[in-house]
Order: sequence, then structure tokens, then C-alpha cells
Amino acid sequence: MHSPPASAATPGSPETLGVSLGKLLRRPETGSLIGLICVFVFFSVFGGDTFLSVSGLASWLNIAAELGIIALPIGLLMIAGHLDLSVGSVIPASSMTVAIVSGHFGLPMPVGIACALALGLAIGFLNGYLIIRTDLPSFVVTLGTLFAVAGLTLGLSVIVAGSTSVALKSDPLTKMLLGDFINGKFEVIILWWIGAMLLVGYILGHSKYGNWILALGGDKVSARNAGIPTDKLNVALYMGSGLCAAFVGMCQAILYNSAQVSAGQSFIFNSIIAVVIGGVILTGGYGSVLGIVLGTMTFAIVNQGIYYTGFDANWASLIIGVLLLAAVLLNNTFRAMAISHSASRTKTKAAP
Amino acid sequence: MTAPLLQLQGVNKSFGPIDVLHDISIEVNAGEVLCLLGDNGAGKSTLIRLLSGVHKPTSGRMLMDGKPVSFDDPRSASDHGIATVHQFGGTFPLMSIGRSFFVGAEPTKRWGPFEVFDRKKANEIAVREMRQLGITRITDGDRLVGGLSGGERQALAIARAVHFGARVLILDEPTAALGVKEAAHVLRIILQARKKGIAVIFITHQVTHALTVGDHFAVLIRGAKAADFRKGEKTREEVTDLMAGGEAMAGLEAEIESHLH
Repeated sequence: MHSPPASAATPGSPETLGVSLGKLLRRPETGSLIGLICVFVFFSVFGGDTFLSVSGLASWLNIAAELGIIALPIGLLMIAGHLDLSVGSVIPASSMTVAIVSGHFGLPMPVGIACALALGLAIGFLNGYLIIRTDLPSFVVTLGTLFAVAGLTLGLSVIVAGSTSVALKSDPLTKMLLGDFINGKFEVIILWWIGAMLLVGYILGHSKYGNWILALGGDKVSARNAGIPTDKLNVALYMGSGLCAAFVGMCQAILYNSAQVSAGQSFIFNSIIAVVIGGVILTGGYGSVLGIVLGTMTFAIVNQGIYYTGFDANWASLIIGVLLLAAVLLNNTFRAMAISHSASRTKTKAAP
Repeated sequence: MTAPLLQLQGVNKSFGPIDVLHDISIEVNAGEVLCLLGDNGAGKSTLIRLLSGVHKPTSGRMLMDGKPVSFDDPRSASDHGIATVHQFGGTFPLMSIGRSFFVGAEPTKRWGPFEVFDRKKANEIAVREMRQLGITRITDGDRLVGGLSGGERQALAIARAVHFGARVLILDEPTAALGVKEAAHVLRIILQARKKGIAVIFITHQVTHALTVGDHFAVLIRGAKAADFRKGEKTREEVTDLMAGGEAMAGLEAEIESHLH
């Protein structure tokens, strides 16, 4: 009945090779690594030396960092089987909050920062709470909060500050920590992105909560039956994405010394694109932080790299669209290979 | 004589005006396999849901070790040591074997100030527990559950239940979707679980599978218990007839007979 286990892994045999290939295929980021390499080579060839220069690097890293801080928690949500569209209005809402509290009213910066982050947490809590209470699809719920928060931001800004754009003068320390350039080129937010990578990487890859998130996205009912507090987990994940979106919005206001009510809509789709290119499946249950980071970099390279080529920048969207489809197909293929690869040696047994 | 590990006494279940289960009394002892036989729609699934805490009986009593119990949710049934394994294993296809084995009960170790998921330990235990059930092909706990065959997934789910101290193991049609060899393997695993002193409730409509491993049999027809007998008391044909409602099968035979002539 059973094949002898000894033959399964003799060193140097094709089996060992097969196992390491299987290991590689099983990693959610394999496809996104290939995508990143392709895109990088493409723009290195057509973008030339300026793309490869320090300022070229800085231009896409700055974009990647802002997007990346949002894509990480969105990635966790998508692995758990959810979406969060509301980040698109949490960003301007937190920008306006910090600018109105600390700019318009002149309160100390830490107060403005605390208000902006608290706003993000509150909107995240609301999203999560509505979803677990109503059991509606997260797409619909967060679409609702996206518009509601956008409307509130616009309306309240006009009432409170009398304008849709508010100036903000930050103190030197805040500026240095949250909205400055290193070397005149690299935004300081890149360091925050690296911090977020480590934190989210720990959560997903090396803590029990990562297992809970994967299980929640894989099969909600089984996860609950296994004793995972799925409701709390959902709310926590939404609060995480609200917090990160608020952080980015706040940093933008500090960086540009002003806040506008209309900034941020592009982050809704861009974050989803980065996460999907990164190998996360929309239905949940599969994905990795390294993949999300690679997907974010790929997106940012295409977005900025186009300016270093002779092409019209309008073509960037075409590339991103094609890239997204290619990424989904590639990731599907890799996933199927990962599964069939681990099953390949059962052929004799599972025959009927 | 000690009280049965799990016992139902005169259990009824109705959903609104519809009676699904009527006056069901069954019992199962530790180290015994109780086979619940019944055609589709006989009420097997509802009975499983009562036992696993998804539904509550409308009336009647459930006892464990002779003491009345009541399950508010699946969690409380599993706290009482009742584990349910569904037809397709109820596992997570895109998770690794080690991770899915420990969902909700992750082993952790300390790494500085952090509590870290102990992947190595999880993989080792999962592989070892599956090996104990005769699955020797799996040596790498990082493999995805989706890559396992149907029988191996059943084995993984059963291994998980056994590892976490299940006293009653409810198997819902574990062999229905499997080929002959895989099914034989799952039956062997059932016998191993029985040897460990676990009370197994094996739900199936495959009479041969039931007669191979069962100690005790109950046949459900339209929500009521039509027969209750022990190993060796009835032949395969008698059981099949019982399940199909006796006359129906005789009628079918007569019909076939008439077509042949």
C-alpha cells in the first residue's frame, strides 16, 4: 500500500531537485519576482542611465513607499478575503485633519498627528464593525464609507476652514521624521515603509495571527469552528488599513506643507493592483508580504519608469493593465503547479 | 457497566413544521465504531449537526459519560471532545500542511520580545501524526493541503482531531468521493482511531464500507431509526434492503426481472 519513504529523498536524485522546485513554486511571490525583473530590465533598456541613476531610483522608491505602506495592510485584508476601498478617502481626510488641527487652528503637531491617526482607526473600526454586523460584502460596505468619508471631508473642510485646501507649517522635528527628504531625493517615508514591511512580515509570516488570517481567507466557517475570533480579527485588519492610510495622508500633508480634499483616489485601485501583482488571490487565503512588496515596486517602476523612456506617459496605464492580467494568469499557473507538484508523486496511489 | 461515551435519548429535531428527526436513540462507546447508514435525505446530515453543535435538538437528551450535555455552538461540542470531519476534510487548500494542522492552536516559541509561530514544530508534528495513520508519502509539512489526495486530506483531518484529543470522531461520508484504494486506506485509519479508544461515528451510504469497520449499526429512514444491530447480525443484502426501504428494492428487482424476459 505505501511506498517506502526511504526512496523519497535521496540526495542528488531528481526527487531532491523536485522538492526544491516545489518549494519555490509554493511561494506566493515567485510570480511577482519574475514580473519585477521583467519590468526592471525593460525600463533599464528603454529608460537608460537616468532610470538607473540615484534620482531615478528615488523617483520610483518614493512612489513605492507611499503606496507600499497602504498596500501592506490591504494585502492582509485581501488574504483574509476582504477589500478596503475606503482608503481613497481616508488619505485626504487625515491630510485635512492634521492640516486643520495643527495648521488652521495652530495646535501642536503631535495633537494633529494623533487626531489624524485616530480618524483612520475610527474609520477602520467602522468598516470592520459594519461588515461583521451586516455580513455584507466588504466591497459594498467600504464603497459606502469611501463616499461618505469623502463627502464629510469636503463638507467639514469648507465649514471649518472655509476652503478645500489648507496650509500646514510643521515643526522641524516632525518635518524631519515624517515629511523630509534624505539626501535631497529620498522621502523619509521609505524608512517607514521598511518598518511596516518588517512588522507586517512578522504578523503574516511568523506570528499565529498570520495563520489566522490565512485560515480566515481560506474558509471562514472552518476558521471560526477552529476557535479563531474571526470578528475581532476582521475589525483589527480594517483598523490596520485605516491607520496606515491615515499615516500616508498625514505624511503627505507634512511633506507638501498643505492638504487638499481631493488627494488619494488613485490609491484605491493602485493598492489592489500592487497586491494582486504581488501574488495574493482576490478570493483570499494565499499571499505573502514579500510578494506584496515586490508587486508594489513593480507598480511604482512602471508608473515612474515611463518618464525616463521616450514614450508618452499615457502608455503607463496600458502597461499596468497588461501587467495586472499577466500577473494574475502567471500566479494562477504557479499556484496550480504548486498544488499539482506536491501531488505529482501520488499518481500511482490516487489513480482511480 | 459504565455509561456509553455518547448517547442520544429520544431526540427529535424539527425545523418549523417539518420533522426531520424523530425519536432517535443511539449510543456509542469508547473504542467502538458506530455506523450511521441511510439514503440521501434520511436525516444523516441533521443528526451530524446536532452532534457537532450546529443545531440543538428540539426535544430529547444528549448525554456524555452518562451526564446530560448541551452544545451552544460547534466550539462547545469540540470542547467536549467531539470532532467532526467533513467529506472533503474541511481544510484550507492553499495553506501548508503544518499551518492548517494547527489553525487556532498554533505552537509558538519566543524570539526576543516576539512570540513566533513555530513552523518547524508544527510541520514535524503534523507529518508525524499523519505518518502514524499510515500516510508515509508526506515528509514535508510545507506542502500545500491542496496537493493532497482526497484520502490524505481525510487522514490529515482525522490526525488533527486525534492530536487535539478528540474522544468522539464524527466522519461524514469520508469515503464517498474516493476511489477503491483510497477508501480502503481511510477505513484502515478508522480502525486505527478505534484502537486508540476513540468512539467513531461513521456516516455513510456505502454498506460494504460500513460492514468492514463497524461494530454497531443504525439505519435511518426518513428521519427515524429503522434498525439497530450489531456486527454479524445482518448480511449485506439485508442491510441494503433496509436502507432502500425493503419493498422498494424488491420491486426494483422484479422490474428488472421483467425487462430481462
